Amino acid sequence: MATTSHETHEHDVIVIGAGGAGLRAAIEAAAQGASVGLICKSLLGKAHTVMAEGGIAAALGNVWPEDNWQVHFRDTMRGGKMLNNWRMAQLHAQEAPDRVLELERWGALFDRTKDGRILQRDFGGHRYARLAHVGDRTGLEMIRTLQYHGIHQGIDVYMECNVQRLLKDGDRVCGAVGYWRKDGEIVVFKSKAVVLATGGIGKAWKVTSNSWEYTGDGHSLALWAGADLIDMEFVQFHPTHMVWPLSVAGLLVTEGVRGDGGTLKNNKGERFMFNYIPEFFKAETADNIEEADRWYTDKKNNRRTPDLLPRDEVARAITAEVKAGRGSPHGGVFLDICTRRPADYIRKRLPSMYHQFKELAGVDITREPMEVGPAQHYVMGGVRVDADSTASTVPGLFAAGECAGGMHGANRLGGNSLSDLVVFGRRAGLHAALYAKNFGGQLAVDRGQVESAARDLLEPLERSGSENPYTIQADLQQSMHTLVGIIRNEADLKQALAKLEVLKERAKKVRVEGGRTYNPGWHTALDLKSLLTVAECSAVAALERKESRGGHTRDDHPYTDDQWGKVNVVLRLRNGALQVSREPLPEMPEDLKALFKERQ
Amino acid sequence: MATTFTLRLFRGDAKGGTFRDYPVESEEGMVVLDLVHRVQASQAPDLACRWNCKAGKCGSCSAEVNGQPRLMCMTRMDLFQPGETISIAPIRTFPIIRDLVTDVSYNYVKAKQVPPLRLKPPEADGTYRMMQEDIDRIQEFHKCIECFLCQDVCHVIRDHEEKKTSFAGPRFFIKIAGLDMHPLDTVDRSRFMKDAAGIGLCNITKCCTEVCPEHIHITDNGIIPLKERLADEMDPVVWLLRKFRGVKPKTNA
Repeated sequence: MATTSHETHEHDVIVIGAGGAGLRAAIEAAAQGASVGLICKSLLGKAHTVMAEGGIAAALGNVWPEDNWQVHFRDTMRGGKMLNNWRMAQLHAQEAPDRVLELERWGALFDRTKDGRILQRDFGGHRYARLAHVGDRTGLEMIRTLQYHGIHQGIDVYMECNVQRLLKDGDRVCGAVGYWRKDGEIVVFKSKAVVLATGGIGKAWKVTSNSWEYTGDGHSLALWAGADLIDMEFVQFHPTHMVWPLSVAGLLVTEGVRGDGGTLKNNKGERFMFNYIPEFFKAETADNIEEADRWYTDKKNNRRTPDLLPRDEVARAITAEVKAGRGSPHGGVFLDICTRRPADYIRKRLPSMYHQFKELAGVDITREPMEVGPAQHYVMGGVRVDADSTASTVPGLFAAGECAGGMHGANRLGGNSLSDLVVFGRRAGLHAALYAKNFGGQLAVDRGQVESAARDLLEPLERSGSENPYTIQADLQQSMHTLVGIIRNEADLKQALAKLEVLKERAKKVRVEGGRTYNPGWHTALDLKSLLTVAECSAVAALERKESRGGHTRDDHPYTDDQWGKVNVVLRLRNGALQVSREPLPEMPEDLKALFKERQ
Repeated sequence: MATTFTLRLFRGDAKGGTFRDYPVESEEGMVVLDLVHRVQASQAPDLACRWNCKAGKCGSCSAEVNGQPRLMCMTRMDLFQPGETISIAPIRTFPIIRDLVTDVSYNYVKAKQVPPLRLKPPEADGTYRMMQEDIDRIQEFHKCIECFLCQDVCHVIRDHEEKKTSFAGPRFFIKIAGLDMHPLDTVDRSRFMKDAAGIGLCNITKCCTEVCPEHIHITDNGIIPLKERLADEMDPVVWLLRKFRGVKPKTNA
């Protein structure tokens, strides 16, 4: 089969994905003197980071001098229900402030304090106002800053190029095979090190804040290349998204609304979050309205409002209110900032929210409450990495950002994602470049692997079959929505896995019309493979973990179980079969453990 | 509550093409991009169209809807009469790849030419101070989502391919303005603005401002101040005055 006509590009390091983590990795690898190729599925600057709204968490201490990395570390671990890789959480808390200041040096313009420093806002699960932000469009500022800094660093950018398979030379990775979306031509990258920074897996669910790109590419590429995945059962359903009109269901409503004073209410007008304060957070959460409202301005003498409990808690509470018949007309709850803050303040602090409700729902958030509900937003699970170097279990393969696991444990705090991207993006770029530098031997690209990837690529265009890729994607999203959603149980998960088997078979019969030139039907067909892979990983891990913790709630195992708090669910592919095991968490050193013994 | 519309979509590539009609149902609250997706899912799976966020934040789904440059994801169907035929064409200023997708690489070439930020040394503690009122204006420019609709409607390049080499376009004028007005920047971009970016070619018709989905005052707040500054730079009186006041000029890019 004459599929092997292809172009080849050679680099010390290739970075797959050009959101915050990928861009930061590429910049760092280039700074180390490596030749870098940055590959992205979309145009540069369009990656999902652009959608991040509320801010980037870093203990700068500009608003609350009491804040420091230890407090941030503690908040992160507690938010993650102690399942985080402690070392990642530590590095993250320690390095986030430097990364934020670095963004400022590269041109980011965060909102300011009165004395001209970076302003910080309140967010769920953070003890102090900690999120550096630009109104509610922080992700846009971050990606634009990294993009415009990055284009002057001698990085080769491959836009609208979709990687389908990693290449291996023995045990180590040696590159990747993909295709150009523009013309469907096959492209081979030969490289000493590969950084995965592909983001999440949200497109496996029906209602998600994630864009079409989030098809679990990095998770799947790593798994297929022999790497371990951890924590795939932990999927974050962010509590507040638009629920109406239907066409925008899943559009994110920033936690910044609550950070800036907004409150959740049911259809009786009750601030219901006071009824859902879990034991774990009781000591640090206000149990009455007066204290909660005082907390915004006086954090020393008051406890945090339950509206800003971690996302998993709030999402479950909203789900319960709706189920009990106390929801809003379109199946969500009310998020009210209009009665709590002046219109000018709302427009200044939350311009995108104002704009998006006004233009897409005809709702003026300075006059009316918003209707909001949970949607899939983030996956905590990902490629198992070494905390310091971001190295996966496969030599030469690194991972950072959402596609890496461990940092956020069972649940991610808002604002910790943007900081994760730059902290571990930098580390991935650094260590991938060092790995490439120290790499002594010659890389050999195996022609057979390229041929086989190329054959898989072209199959949907050539085979006889009648399945429509969009239909399979929609069926998958429906299954995951109903069976692997916020609340799970054994019967549903088993049913999901059975459905996935059927979908996998159907995917083998996908046939697409048209040619190789910018053909979204073909691209959707190719993305199904990774999408089905991550859906299965998530369902398998969810079935394995028989407890409820963070972003994994089982109504047949409703309690948190200490024994399960000591292990990660690990997935790996061996001889084509998905293996599941429970493996102990890295042990936290005593000095860090002591941070959890102090009273708040 | 479903209403049927006809989408008249451009189908074709660099070699040529034609508009084809697709009847498609719309439900309450839908936007043009929803209907395009419905056409893809049921009638034309290979219909080429770019999109990412479907929330007006990434600027990928620019197209000319009934001749108006717009983001498809922010164009609500209730803007149209039920049963109306709505034409959707690719943005015209850039070479077509296929259907609604164009080659916008011109913009990435221009982006790279803009001399980047170079900051003053920081305060003694290693950080910077900037007052909110000094960055309000630039934050407006930073709202740009790079949808390139302003580039699409700009008269200088829309019908004059040959001008593309010597003209950066409104998107990059506000990029330059953002760098130039940055309180800590030290680079002088006047020569670049005048020569390579060709700001003199802009005759301030404000078409760019009109189509900006982020409502950035591209002309009034970006281009005009840049033009004024450039005029001042070339003015010997202003030059002398600055010398007299001891204002340190920015270093040349």
